[in-house]
Amino acid sequence: MTRLAAANARGCWHKGTDLDQFLQHLVNGLVLGATYALLGIGLTLIFGIMRVVNFAHGELYTLGAYMAFAVVSLLDLNFFYAVVIAAFVGFGFGAIIEYVLLRRRDLGSIDEVMLIMIGLMIIMQNAELLIWGGAAKVVPSPFSQTPLVWGEISVSPIRMFVFATAVVLLLIFYFMIDRSRLGMAMRATFQDRDAAKIVGVNVSRVYTLTFALGSGMAAVAGALLAPIFVVTPSMGDLSSLKAFAIVILGGLGNIGGAAIGGFVLALIEEFGAGYVSTAYRDALGFLVILLVMLVRPQGLFSKKERVG
Amino acid sequence: MWNKLSAITLLTITACATSAMAQETIKIGVSEPLTGSVAASGTYVSNGARIAADQINSKGGILGKKIELIIEDNKSNPREAVNTAEKLILRDKVTVMMGAWGSTFTLATMPKLMEYGVPMVVETASSTKITTAGNPWVFRISPTSKMEAQAFAEKLALFSPAIKKVDFLSVNNDWGLGAATEFKAMFAAKGIEIGRMETMAPDATDLSAQLAVLKQSGSDTLIVTSGVEQLTLSIRQAAEQRLPQRLITSGGSFPDPLIATPGPKGYMSSHLLFFAPWAVERAKYPDVAKTFVDAWTARKYEFSGLTEGFRGYDGMMTIIEAIKIAGKTDSESIRAALWKVNLRGVNGDIAFAKEGPAGKESGQNAPNVYVVQLKDGAITVR
Repeated sequence: MTRLAAANARGCWHKGTDLDQFLQHLVNGLVLGATYALLGIGLTLIFGIMRVVNFAHGELYTLGAYMAFAVVSLLDLNFFYAVVIAAFVGFGFGAIIEYVLLRRRDLGSIDEVMLIMIGLMIIMQNAELLIWGGAAKVVPSPFSQTPLVWGEISVSPIRMFVFATAVVLLLIFYFMIDRSRLGMAMRATFQDRDAAKIVGVNVSRVYTLTFALGSGMAAVAGALLAPIFVVTPSMGDLSSLKAFAIVILGGLGNIGGAAIGGFVLALIEEFGAGYVSTAYRDALGFLVILLVMLVRPQGLFSKKERVG
Repeated sequence: MWNKLSAITLLTITACATSAMAQETIKIGVSEPLTGSVAASGTYVSNGARIAADQINSKGGILGKKIELIIEDNKSNPREAVNTAEKLILRDKVTVMMGAWGSTFTLATMPKLMEYGVPMVVETASSTKITTAGNPWVFRISPTSKMEAQAFAEKLALFSPAIKKVDFLSVNNDWGLGAATEFKAMFAAKGIEIGRMETMAPDATDLSAQLAVLKQSGSDTLIVTSGVEQLTLSIRQAAEQRLPQRLITSGGSFPDPLIATPGPKGYMSSHLLFFAPWAVERAKYPDVAKTFVDAWTARKYEFSGLTEGFRGYDGMMTIIEAIKIAGKTDSESIRAALWKVNLRGVNGDIAFAKEGPAGKESGQNAPNVYVVQLKDGAITVR
């Protein structure tokens, strides 16, 4: 019998100290922050840079999670293949959405685009319900179920993996947006479409690519988080809400801001629940976002923009 | 000309045939969440009701007529639950209903039952308000949280070492908070110390903050109340954080996904259920339970749905029995007959006791509760 099982059976882990509890909250908050940051990266591209109010973002996250379930549990393939397949499926789906639904629309008309994306969200969520049923699906973790333990603090191996992956992806996307030619083309296109065209940027391709990359990231986040949480057709609702909050908190179009926004939100939720009230966990997170918006309406890390 | 005449004749015959067929059925309305957050549960309950109706129809129906179920989707939304009741009563002219899954949807529907004078068998709902609000058209077969807590009090001896101090992690709604209140009262009456009470939003998936708080409470037992998804998440995440407490879930849902994908080896959880399909022989009437489970399996419905689907089956059988006793299909006769129902159900005996203000009592059944333990994907019915 493992130590865990023995303790579970006897009910006798010794009581930890306040410091242990603080450290456990800190570890939980950092790991949760990584999951939030993952959600934020994709939406930063689509909402932050492209300015498409993508209400269907959560459904692409759900699509990724169901891809992980299909590949791991139904096709019996490795979880890591599932993440890669989810990335490609999300990318392809995103490209199709952009080409079919958004290409001929004026992205400046927020209400038109918003209605399209709300419609897409409803269709995708009901399609998921129709295909997979409403019962929650569980994706087995590719790692051991036994947690990693340091003294009284513990965390599951899959959460550590997600944390590490989120950090790597954040770095990749940060350099891609800020330093690469593609990133420059993206920023140029969404700042001034006509000027970008004049200097030779293929703006149609940039639109498709940006939406596809953002969607691919949402699907990767869904696939990565599937073994930590459970997969249900409505799982995208809450993640969509959190992703918007993170992107707005961090500042539109700022990858670093989205990452830090994710960690800030998670740490507020975790410590708020730990030391104030679990009932107001989500409310505390959004209260802080409201306060930030009052002081810095442009978000934590974006510069003020001139609107002309 | 002949073509026109033939078409008119055909239409007339079809209309007559349709009308004749319509007269041949007894319509029963069902309002369940088939889409939205609790779509899975509503679908399971509807499937249970379908099995009951088909079994009776295959034996020739009742009062010489076939049963016709009209199942409406209340979309996991109390406003839609009211709309489905109005549609079923006014347009489909049903004289009896089953629904509406959960206290919130049921409480929303109840004024319509009073307004139109139509009885409803409530198959899933735990709030005490449902049977104490003075609505004489309500007949509930599922237990209240208080009944569940009292039934659990009889099973405390199953736990060794004995429960000395207990914490709660409840979904933050009427059901979760109500269950915690009833269980607290029961434990206090038994001299068991009450520890911390933490809540989770109904759509929360990360429970790490709540569990980190509970880890330090010094209690030996944690009662978790929520649906399948959050029970699964809480057990997995409690194991990840090495919670020392023994974990017991209430509310009748079972974290079925943990059978195929168990948590860390040796980690055990206990679950209060109203039907244990893994051990039909333990049911009060094994023959009834087996008939239901066999029909469910034959239709290739998900096994995990059985712990909820049986309520649809028992609820529909209760309505059919009442119609049989009444010998008529008007609402008032069915309501009067529901008081006389004494049925062998999947859960056990179904009969209604009076609850609520005198003269306007609602019917409340007293169901059985089972303790099921899950360890390494294996199930033991205690």
